[in-house]
Amino acid sequence: MFEYVIQRLATGFVTLFGVAVIVFLVMRVIPGDAAVMLTGAGNGVVSESELEQVRRNLGLDQPLLVQFADWAGKVAVLDLGTSLRTGNPVIEDIARRFPYTLQIVVMAMLIAVFLGVPAGVLSARYAGAWGDRVLQAVTVIGLAAPSFWIGLLIILGLVTFFQWSAPLFWEPFWVSPLKSISQLFWPALAVGMRQLALIARMTRSIMNEVLGEDYIRTARAKGLSERRVVFHHGLRNALLPIVTLIGFEFAALFGGLIITEAVFSVPGLGQYVVASILNRDYPAAQGIVLILASIVVLGNLAIDLLYGFLDPRARVSQAPA
Amino acid sequence: MTEATFQLPGSPASPALSPRPQEIRRTRLQSLWRLVRRQPLGAFGAVVLLIMFVAAIGAPYIAPYDPTVGDPSALYQPPSATYWLGTDAFGRDTLSRMIYGARISLAVGLGSSLIGVVIGAAVGIFAGYVGGWIDSIAQRIMDALLAFPMLLLAMAMATVLGSSLRNVIIALAMPIIPRAARIARASTLVLKDSAFIEASRAIGCSDLRIILRHILPNTFAPLLVIATAYLGLAIVQEAALDYLGAGIQEPQASWGLMMAGSATSLALVAPWIVIFPGLAICLVVLASNLLGDAIRDVLDPKLQRNLP
Repeated sequence: MFEYVIQRLATGFVTLFGVAVIVFLVMRVIPGDAAVMLTGAGNGVVSESELEQVRRNLGLDQPLLVQFADWAGKVAVLDLGTSLRTGNPVIEDIARRFPYTLQIVVMAMLIAVFLGVPAGVLSARYAGAWGDRVLQAVTVIGLAAPSFWIGLLIILGLVTFFQWSAPLFWEPFWVSPLKSISQLFWPALAVGMRQLALIARMTRSIMNEVLGEDYIRTARAKGLSERRVVFHHGLRNALLPIVTLIGFEFAALFGGLIITEAVFSVPGLGQYVVASILNRDYPAAQGIVLILASIVVLGNLAIDLLYGFLDPRARVSQAPA
Repeated sequence: MTEATFQLPGSPASPALSPRPQEIRRTRLQSLWRLVRRQPLGAFGAVVLLIMFVAAIGAPYIAPYDPTVGDPSALYQPPSATYWLGTDAFGRDTLSRMIYGARISLAVGLGSSLIGVVIGAAVGIFAGYVGGWIDSIAQRIMDALLAFPMLLLAMAMATVLGSSLRNVIIALAMPIIPRAARIARASTLVLKDSAFIEASRAIGCSDLRIILRHILPNTFAPLLVIATAYLGLAIVQEAALDYLGAGIQEPQASWGLMMAGSATSLALVAPWIVIFPGLAICLVVLASNLLGDAIRDVLDPKLQRNLP
C-alpha cells in the first residue's frame, strides 16, 4: 500500500508539472496585450517606449525559459504574483473566493450522491417499473441539458414563482452557515444536476449486474430482508465503480461550476477565472488556472488512493493506466 | 450482420454463398427500416441531427426574418403567429436566430469533434504502438491536458487565439484530444499483441502499414462513438463559451449568445429568449448521445458503454 501511495504521488507530481508548463505556455501568448491593457494603450496616448518599460517591469522581455523558471520558483512558495486587474496578490484573491466554490462543490456532490445513489439502487431493484422508466427518461435529459441552462431555468422559476432576487451579498459559511447554505443551494443544484443524472444511471446499471450475481441469490436464500440484501450485499459491491465515476467526473464538475458561478454571480473561483482570462490578467489567470487544474489532479489522486483502500485487489495490480 | 443490412439489391454476392439469401434481396430502404426499428432511439437522434443540418444549410431560405436586424417596434414580443418563438431585446426573431445559430453549433460540433478525435487518435495510436519513453511522455502530456476542465482549456485557448468561429473550433478541439488519445491508445495496446498483428508482421508488413491498415480500422468503432458523444459536448461547451463572452460575438446568432445576459431581469419580461435556445441545445445533445449509443450497439455490441 505504501509503495502504491508513493508511486501515485510521484505520477501526480509529474502531471502537476506538465499542467504548470501548459498553463504557462498558453497564458504567455497573451502578454503583448497585457502591457497594452495595463496602460490603457490603443488610443495613441501611450508611446511604444513606455509600453516597452511596462513590459520590462513585468519581466516580459526576458526569454520564455527564464520567465518560466521565475514563475515556477515563485509558485513553489505560493507566490502567484499580483493581479493586474484587482491589484491584490492573486493568492489573496483566491483565498477569499475559495470558500464559496468549495461549498458549492461539496453541496453539489452531496446532492448528487445522496439523491443519485438511492435513486439508482431503487431503479435497479424495480427495473422496468414506471418509476424506473421515469427516472431513465429524466436522467437522459439531465445528461443532455447544459448546466448553465439549468441554472438559468432555476433562476427563471425562482423569480417567476417566488419573486426571488439574486443576493447582493453572498454570506460566507462561517458567518451564518444556514443563510449561506440556503443561498448557495440553487447554484449547487444546477452544478450537481448532471452528476446526479450520471450517478443515478451508473448506479442503476452496476446494481443491475450485481443483483444478478450468485451471492445475492444466496443472501436471499438465507432469508435476509430485502433491504439488507440490496443495500448490504448489493450496494457495497457496486460502490467501487461508482467511486471511480465520481473521480472521472471531477474535472467536468469544475467546468459546470465555472459557468454556474457566472450565471448566479457567485463571487467564487469560477467567476474569478472567467474575469481574469477575459481581461487578459495573466498573473491571475495563470495562478487560478493552475490551482483549479491542481485541484483536479489532487482530486483524482485522492480517488485513486480511495480506490486502493476500498478494493484490496487494486493495490496489487498497480500498473499506471 | 451489419454488412448484410447494407447490401444493395442484386449485389454481386451469390445467394449460394450466403447463409441467409433472403437478407440480400432486401432493398436498401427495407434494411434501413429494419435498422430504424432495431434502434428507434438512435434513429430519433439521427433525424434530429438531420433536421438541424437542413436548418443550418438552408437557413437563409427557412428563417422567416433576418437574424441580425431587429424590428424596433417589436421588442420582447411573446411567441405569436408573427413571431413563432417571440423576439429579443432588439426585436430580433428568436426562431430565425435559432435557425442561424444551428450553423455555428453544427460547425463547432462537427469541426471540433473531428479535429480532436483525429489528432487524439493519431497521438494515441502512435504512442501506444511505439511504446517506451515516447509513450510515457505522451501519456504525461495527455494527463496534464486532462487535468483542465474542458471549458477552462477551451476558454483560455479561445481568448489567446481570438474569438472567431475557426478559433472557437480549434479551442474546443483541444480538450477532446487527450480523451480521444486515451481511448485510441487503449485499443492499440490490446490490438498490438493480437495474433493477426503478429501475423502481418511475420509476412513483412511495415510498421506504417500495420498502423494504417490493421490497427486504425479496428479502433474505428470506439473512436466513432466518442466522436458522436463529443459532438454534443462540444456544442454545449461552445454555447457556454458564447455565454461567457469568450466565443462568438454579437451581432452573430448563436445559441449560447442568445441566452447571455441577466436571467433575473429576463425572467419577468421575456423568459422565452432563454428557454428556446436551451431546449435546442438539450435536444441536439440528447440526439447525439442517442445516436452514439446506437452506433456503438450496431458497430460493436461488446464495446463497453462509456456513458452509462
